[in-house]
Amino acid sequence: MSVDMAELSKVTVTSRPAPGTTMGRALRAEWTKLRTSPGTLGLLLAVVAGTTGLSATVAAACSGGTCGADVALTGVQLGQAVVAILAVLAIGNEYSTGMFTVTLTAMPRRLPVLVGKAVVVAAMVAAAAAVAVAGSVVAGEILLPAYHATFRPAAGSVLYLVLIALLSLGIATAVRSPAAAIGTVLTVLYAVPIIVSVVTDPVWHDRFEKYSPVSAGLAVQATGPDPLIGPWKGLGVLALWTLAALLAGAILLKRRDA
Amino acid sequence: MSILRAEWTKFWTVRGWVLGTVAVAGLIMVFGLAPGMSGSCGKHGPASECKPLIGPAGVEVKDGFTFVHQPLSGDGSVTVRVASLTGEIFAGPGASRPGLAPWAKAGLMVKSGTTPGSTYAAIMVTGSHGVRMQWDFTHDKAGPSGSGPQWLRLSRAGQTVTAAASPDGSAWTEVGSTQLTGLPVTAEVGLFVTSPQYSTEFHEGLLNGSQGGPSLATGTFEQLTAEQGWSGTAWHTDWIGGKPDWSETPETEQEGSAFRVAGSGDVGPTGAGVSATQTLVGTFTALIAAVVLGAVFMSTEYRRGLIRMTLAAGPRRLHVLAAKAAVVGGVTFVCGVVAAAVVVVFGQRVLRANGVALLHTTTLTEVRLMVGTGALLAFSAVLALGLGALLRRSVTAVTVAIVTIVLPYLLAVTVLPVEAARGLLRFTPAAAFALQQAVKQYPQVDDLYAPAVGYFPLSPWAGLAVLAGWTVLVLGAAAVLLRRRDV
Repeated sequence: MSVDMAELSKVTVTSRPAPGTTMGRALRAEWTKLRTSPGTLGLLLAVVAGTTGLSATVAAACSGGTCGADVALTGVQLGQAVVAILAVLAIGNEYSTGMFTVTLTAMPRRLPVLVGKAVVVAAMVAAAAAVAVAGSVVAGEILLPAYHATFRPAAGSVLYLVLIALLSLGIATAVRSPAAAIGTVLTVLYAVPIIVSVVTDPVWHDRFEKYSPVSAGLAVQATGPDPLIGPWKGLGVLALWTLAALLAGAILLKRRDA
Repeated sequence: MSILRAEWTKFWTVRGWVLGTVAVAGLIMVFGLAPGMSGSCGKHGPASECKPLIGPAGVEVKDGFTFVHQPLSGDGSVTVRVASLTGEIFAGPGASRPGLAPWAKAGLMVKSGTTPGSTYAAIMVTGSHGVRMQWDFTHDKAGPSGSGPQWLRLSRAGQTVTAAASPDGSAWTEVGSTQLTGLPVTAEVGLFVTSPQYSTEFHEGLLNGSQGGPSLATGTFEQLTAEQGWSGTAWHTDWIGGKPDWSETPETEQEGSAFRVAGSGDVGPTGAGVSATQTLVGTFTALIAAVVLGAVFMSTEYRRGLIRMTLAAGPRRLHVLAAKAAVVGGVTFVCGVVAAAVVVVFGQRVLRANGVALLHTTTLTEVRLMVGTGALLAFSAVLALGLGALLRRSVTAVTVAIVTIVLPYLLAVTVLPVEAARGLLRFTPAAAFALQQAVKQYPQVDDLYAPAVGYFPLSPWAGLAVLAGWTVLVLGAAAVLLRRRDV
C-alpha cells in the first residue's frame, strides 16, 4: 500500500495547474510511471537479449545450410513474449494494485490515459526492438552464409514488435486481469500458429495464414517465393487486429467502472 | 490434510478459476472435434474407400513387391547368390536418375500365400543397410554389413524359419530365426525385389517438409536352388499388392537358375502419417489456460497479501506449497484426461468421416494419450505454480512457463531443421509432447518422422520425465525460497 501512496503524491503534484494540454500531461505522466516502474528496464534489455540470443542460436544451428535465409530473424518469436509482458504490465499492474483508480482520479478523461500509455509503450518497444533486430541482423550476417540483410524484413520486424505491444495493451485493457491478459496474448502469439499449422484443409489453412494476426504479421519477414499474403499487406492485417483490440479496450474502459 | 482442504476450497470458490478449469477441458474438445482436415477416402463413392492393410501385428503395413515364387511343402531350404542390386529414382514426370533407395530390398522370402498382409520371413540385401532379416513387417534384424555380392539362404523347419548369409557360398553366418505362427504346410517360396518411396527434406521460408517419389530396384540373382526337402524349378512371377509404384516395371528375365528381377514398393510397416495425435491439437491452448491457472493460484496470494494469512493458518510453508501443487495438478490432470478421452474417441471418428486416412492406434496407446495429456497439463500447471512462487509475479511466471514449454515446440515444427528440432525436444520441457505420439517410428522405413507430424525424439515416458525434472527443479527452488524469505 505504501507504494500506492507514493505514486499518489507524485501524480497529484504533477497534475497541478500544469502547462500543456490534457494529452501532453497524460503522456508525461505515463512516461514517468513506466520509466520509473521497477522491471521496465530489465524487460527492455530482455527484449534485446532474447531476440538477439534466439536469432543467433538458430542461425548457429542452421549454419550447415539447411534453413532458408529468413531464419535470421527467428528471435522475434521470443522477443514478442517479452514485449507482451511489458505492454500487459503497463496497464495490468495498475488494475491489479488498484493504482488505476488513482490514475483516473488525476486524469478523469479516460481516453487520453490509454492513448498516453499506447504512445509511451510503442516508443519504448520501438527503441528496444530496433536494437534487438539490428543485433539479429548482425548475428545472421556472421553465422548464416546465405543471409544478406535487407531493409524490409528488418524494419518490418521492428514494426511487428510494436504492433504486438499495442495488441497486448488493448487486450490487457479489455481483460483487466494481468494473468488472463497475458494468457490470451500468448495464445494468440503461440497457440494459434500451431493450430493453423495442423489445419490441412487448404481453403481454411490459407484463410488462417492470411488473416490470423501472427501468421499475417510475420509475412513481413518472408523472403521466400510467393507467400500467401504480401509483406506489407500482412503487417496491415496485424495492424487491423491491433486497432480492434485497442478499440475494444477503449470502449470497455470508457463504459465500465474501473 | 486440513491445508489441502483449505486450498481446495480456495480454488473452487473463485469463479475465474473454475472458468479456467472449464476452459482447459473445453479448448481441447473444441479443437479436437472440429474437423481441421479432410481427405478423399470414401468421398467419391465406395471405390474410393480407404481400406488399410493390417499386418499380423495389428498395425498398418505395406506389402508390394515382385515375387518370383512357387509353392513348396514341408521343410527345406533355398539358396541364391545376389550378384548385384541397382536402382532408379523418380525425378519428375517421365524422368528418372540412377540411384538406389537405402531400403531397396532383394532376397529370399517364404510367405504363407500371395495375399497382401500375410505372414512372411525374408533375408535380403538392401541398398545401404547391409544384409537384413525381416519378418511379419515390423521386425528387422541386421546381418553382415557391407556391399558387394552376397549368398543368402532361407531354411524352414516346421514353423521355424532361419536365415543365413555368406560372402562366398561356403562359410555361412546365421542372421536370425523366428517362429511364424500360421505358416501353412505349403508356403510360397522364392525371390523378391522391391524399392520404397524415398523422401528428402526441403526448407522453404518458414515451412519444412518432405518431397519424394517412387523408386525402382533391379536385382540380378544366380544359382537359385531349392534343396534339403524342397525341389522344383517352376518359378513364376507375381506382383504382390497389385501394380508396382513404378509405372514401367520391367518383366522378370530368367536364364536357367539366373534371374533379373525388378520391383517397386515396400514390405514393412507404413511410414509417417496422420494419427490420433492430430485430434489433440487443442492441448496447446488448454496448456496456456492450465499454466495461467497454476501461476495465478500462487501469485494471487502475494498480490493481496493473502499469503500472510495462509501461512499464519498453516505455518508449515512447504505443506502449503505441496497442497497448492496437489490441488492445481489434480484438477488439471482430471480435466486433461477427460477432455483427451473425448477427443481421442470422437475426434478420430470425425476425421475418418471427413475422409482422412488415419493410422490405426491400439487401445493401450489411446489410454496413454489420454493419461499423457492429463499429465502434460498437470505438470505444466505445477511448473507454473512453482514459477509463480519463485517470481511472485503471475505475468512473468505465465510467460516463462509458456516460452519454455510451447515455444520450443513451435520452433521445432516451423523454422528449425529436423536435427536441431529433435535436439530441442530432448531437453526442454516441450519434450513431454512425446506423450502424445500415437504411432511408432520404424527405423526400417525411411520417412520424415518430424515433430510436426507427431513424431518425437524421446519415448513418451522419457519425455514426461524431462518435464517432471524441470518441474521438480523449479518447485524445489520455490520451496527453498519460500522457507527462506519473508513473505
